[in-house]
Amino acid sequence: MFINKGAELSRICKERSISIAEYTLEIEQEENGHSREELLLKMQKNLQVMRESAQEALLRPMQSVSGMTGGDAYKLHEYSKRQTLCGELVVLAMARALSCSEVNVAMGKIVAAPTAGPCGVIPGAILTAAEKLQKSDEEIILSLFTASAIGILIAKNATLSGAEGGCQAECGSAAAMAAAAIVEMMGGSPEMALHAAAIALKNILGLVCDPIAGLVESPCAKRNASGAINALISADLAMAGITSIIPFDEMVDAMFSVGRALPCELRETGLGGIAATPTGQTLKKKIFG
Amino acid sequence: MIKYSVFDILGPIMIGPSSSHTAGAARLAKVAKLIALEGRASNEIVVSEVTFYLHGSFATTYQGHGSDRALVAGMLGFDPWDERLKRSFELALTEKLQYSFVAIDLGDVHPNTIKFVIKRSDGVSVVVVGSSIGGGKILITSVDGEELEFSGDFPTLILKHHDRPGIVSKVSALLYDENINIAYMKVFRQSRGEDATMVFETDSMISDEVLEKLQELKRQGFLTSVKRISPIALGA
Ligand code: SF4
Repeated sequence: MFINKGAELSRICKERSISIAEYTLEIEQEENGHSREELLLKMQKNLQVMRESAQEALLRPMQSVSGMTGGDAYKLHEYSKRQTLCGELVVLAMARALSCSEVNVAMGKIVAAPTAGPCGVIPGAILTAAEKLQKSDEEIILSLFTASAIGILIAKNATLSGAEGGCQAECGSAAAMAAAAIVEMMGGSPEMALHAAAIALKNILGLVCDPIAGLVESPCAKRNASGAINALISADLAMAGITSIIPFDEMVDAMFSVGRALPCELRETGLGGIAATPTGQTLKKKIFG
Repeated sequence: MIKYSVFDILGPIMIGPSSSHTAGAARLAKVAKLIALEGRASNEIVVSEVTFYLHGSFATTYQGHGSDRALVAGMLGFDPWDERLKRSFELALTEKLQYSFVAIDLGDVHPNTIKFVIKRSDGVSVVVVGSSIGGGKILITSVDGEELEFSGDFPTLILKHHDRPGIVSKVSALLYDENINIAYMKVFRQSRGEDATMVFETDSMISDEVLEKLQELKRQGFLTSVKRISPIALGA
């Protein structure tokens, strides 16, 4: 069975000199009886859909089913060609994350990662990092196994659902997953990958889930963009040798207890946070009549 | 601790925006359709009309989450990752499928629950109730007023019988002889001696031959109804 704690994962990988991705592939083969090739192929399909959804709304503005949002990925992509403050890498990562989000709310095809709400964080961060680092598809696919491993640990010890843990559990977990994946893609150790994941969680600890009108749309799209950037900076911090003072496992526990302490208004009910602002309320009325 | 596969975390591949309100809704409707048609693949009998009774958060957010289109798509037999989901209303027109949505309070049930009232082309009506329980997963909780429970993840047999001793073991033995491994098995009954429903979720597909043997038990009076449901995959 997949190990229960990050500390054990790090120890096993160190002892056997393997990456988190390799460990995860091994366990998945044992548990579900699939061959390595089958698993890589299945992940390749995920990568394919991630690529398409990260691209689609860059090239043409897409509108959400509710009519509330859309077109931002296109705007950002156009802007990325000009002089920007953060530079092309950051702006493109945000644009790709937004694209997935916009495709999602326009009833297009996406990969839940780890759920549909934050589906742009991992593609936005990982695809953009891989492009800059000139990584092959094989390397990207392996990194997606690293991302899954972090997701499994969070699911086991806390939650990946906004209704249970707030947005820190969705966009936060996605950022942690992407950060660890990028660290392994860059050749960082499993320990460094776990530090990156812990830092990403720390950065958004307490983030509430407050979708306007209860729809997975706003603030979700922009939190996908910021989630992708959270992943990139957390990866860079860890690659510089900076450690998370709070270890990964304790960060996951902290995230879970903060999540449980959130009142129900701030857990996907659309009753608190930005959903409860006058503008949020007006938009809700407009959508539901 | 719960076991997770890598693809529970990265996946499913689905049509947005919500795994529970869109993907789960499509899957729920597809399973409801299979139940209504008793797993028939033929075109002799089709669904001609369906009323979706929406409970809880489905009732309030169904348009914004595209649950309405997803439900119609499921009734057309589309999977949760089928890109035709978005155009299901137009496609229902060509298929001559009539549909309507009604908000309802089903009482103390899962917050994402739907009651399907399905009319078939042969005049038979079937009522299915089920919930979308998160991550695109579903649970069917009642068929034609009888409480039961199954997920649609496995090949499933729904067998009704008069509650008498020996029938459960008769069916189990039959499946055992056919080398069909039972993953989950539950018996539901209103009260002792009344009609009971057995639900078998199996690891391997249930062949036409096995189905025929079960129909034979029905003809002999051991069973009153036999339904076979194929599993619905969670992701592409
Ligand atoms: S705000 Fe809520 S619904 Fe939106 S992405 Fe975050 S957790 Fe998901």
